[in-house]
Amino acid sequence: MTDNGLVLLRHRDIPDLDNIDVYRQHGGFKSIERAITSMKPEEVTELVKASGLRGRGGAGFPTGLKWSFIDNKSWPHYVVANADESEPGTFKDREIMEHNPYQFLEGVAICAYAVKAQDAYIYLRGEFWQQAAALDQHIAAMEAAGMLGDDLFGTDTTLHIRTHLGAGAYICGEETALLESMEGKLGQPRLRPPFPPSFGLYGKPTIVNNVETLTNVPMIVEKGAAWYRSMGTEKSPGPKVFSLSGRVNRPGNYELPLGTTFRELIYEHGGGILEGGQIKAIMAAGASSALIVANDEALDTPMDYESVPSVGGQLGSASVIIIDDTVSIPWLINKTIHFFRHESCGKCTPCREGNFWMAHLTERISSGEGSKEDVNLLFDVASQVRGKCLCALGEFAVEAVLSGIERFSEDFNGMAK
Amino acid sequence: MLAEKYAQEVQAILAKYPPEQRRSAVMPLLYLAQRDKMHVDRGDMAEIAEILGISATEVASIVGFYSLYYDQPKGAYHIQVCTDLPCALRGAEQFLDELCSRLGIRPGETTADGLITVEPVMCLAACDKAPMFQVHSGQGLEYFENQTVENALSLIERLRTDAARRLGVKRRDGHD
Repeated sequence: MTDNGLVLLRHRDIPDLDNIDVYRQHGGFKSIERAITSMKPEEVTELVKASGLRGRGGAGFPTGLKWSFIDNKSWPHYVVANADESEPGTFKDREIMEHNPYQFLEGVAICAYAVKAQDAYIYLRGEFWQQAAALDQHIAAMEAAGMLGDDLFGTDTTLHIRTHLGAGAYICGEETALLESMEGKLGQPRLRPPFPPSFGLYGKPTIVNNVETLTNVPMIVEKGAAWYRSMGTEKSPGPKVFSLSGRVNRPGNYELPLGTTFRELIYEHGGGILEGGQIKAIMAAGASSALIVANDEALDTPMDYESVPSVGGQLGSASVIIIDDTVSIPWLINKTIHFFRHESCGKCTPCREGNFWMAHLTERISSGEGSKEDVNLLFDVASQVRGKCLCALGEFAVEAVLSGIERFSEDFNGMAK
Repeated sequence: MLAEKYAQEVQAILAKYPPEQRRSAVMPLLYLAQRDKMHVDRGDMAEIAEILGISATEVASIVGFYSLYYDQPKGAYHIQVCTDLPCALRGAEQFLDELCSRLGIRPGETTADGLITVEPVMCLAACDKAPMFQVHSGQGLEYFENQTVENALSLIERLRTDAARRLGVKRRDGHD
């Protein structure tokens, strides 16, 4: 491990880690060289499987297992790094790409080698224009240093990485919408199955992984699966970057082992609630979250993929938004519904129309003009959106609405005429 | 015409994708078309369609779907303030309102000189540094974080000077 144990945010220990020479001085590119020169692609996949690494984009799917699904009967293969980071409350991939870019790029390269892809793309949200330009320079530096290109390390391995900018559409974080967008089409999700490892970019087998997920990989290759499993919990091993935001004193990214409690994150690292306020609710997975009632049981819950559902939430991408007692829940759901109405891609009727109508209702309710019937109707519409859409956006949109009305009913009493 | 003015850039963009998948270049080509005047017009869309072998309607659908492309002229600089939930919990809405009132416009409007548009936008992945905004111009995007209304106003003054100078020299290549 590094001096104080940081694995993903190593730049906080090592100045100028975004300089290729500094990165090499700290062991950089040893993992890609080792993988290419002394491991078979399948062995790399097995190692990642053994590490227990799970996807950090939100779904928590086992990464090595995903890689093993790549269809070897169809060619060429592609790797696409999902750098569309657009969930309100999530800002971890941006820090990694800005300050520890080579570890991320090395992870992309190792993934490409493991699934026998020669071409990898990084799909960045359009707002990450500067980060894309910087990554282009880092990629060029890696090519010049012989870490990307043809005949790598004296073998016949070829790897190329290129960036691709989106243009402002939350839905493109959904992997099949992202692939459609990369193909130059509207960013609308595909019907699944088939899943990307058999039918992905240009209809070819494709592995789509989140930036943070891939940034773990070089360290796993360097230090092994047992080392990786020494952090976190049995089912959720390894470190995680928690993006802490909202009504806390010290918002920011915190790299902590999976299984750290909400209480430790919020009070030890985040410095507690702003202006000495009282915590009211936690949204653990950004705006897509159910509102977890912030009682002692919730605060003492470990933040891992298995435990957060026990208090009525999801870990997702670990974008922890803190709500205190100054915040009214009707105002909050009006905020989240306006986001989802704006970001609905329009493909599925329940999501497109449901969010539109819910926005009317939440606007009225949050302005104090709503009636009890409005609240009931809102709950009813939200319930009908659930489970009826092609992708998760529809589900995400109603999480805060349903949990807010159910768990914070007192916030809706005052205004219901 | 893009193909003449930005021949090298167009070739570099096309080279990123497999030759039979030229359509993937539609988004970067639209950014290129937007570089000088901060919006794309019908001529740009027709030219991009021709380069890629798709219809102009398909190109227009991309412009309509994604929020960073504009088919109408607006300010040379867009000040895009994030007012999504995490930023709103840290005063972003009050920041936007005060900034707009100091500029004498409403959110979404452009200043009388036609140079500065201020608008609320969805999450920009900077939730721990609110209030924040991005400045979007044809030259690209830049983030400004942990802002106060006063330092936003002084930045806007700088941008105005800049824009006047740029437009004064007849927007030659967008690179200055």
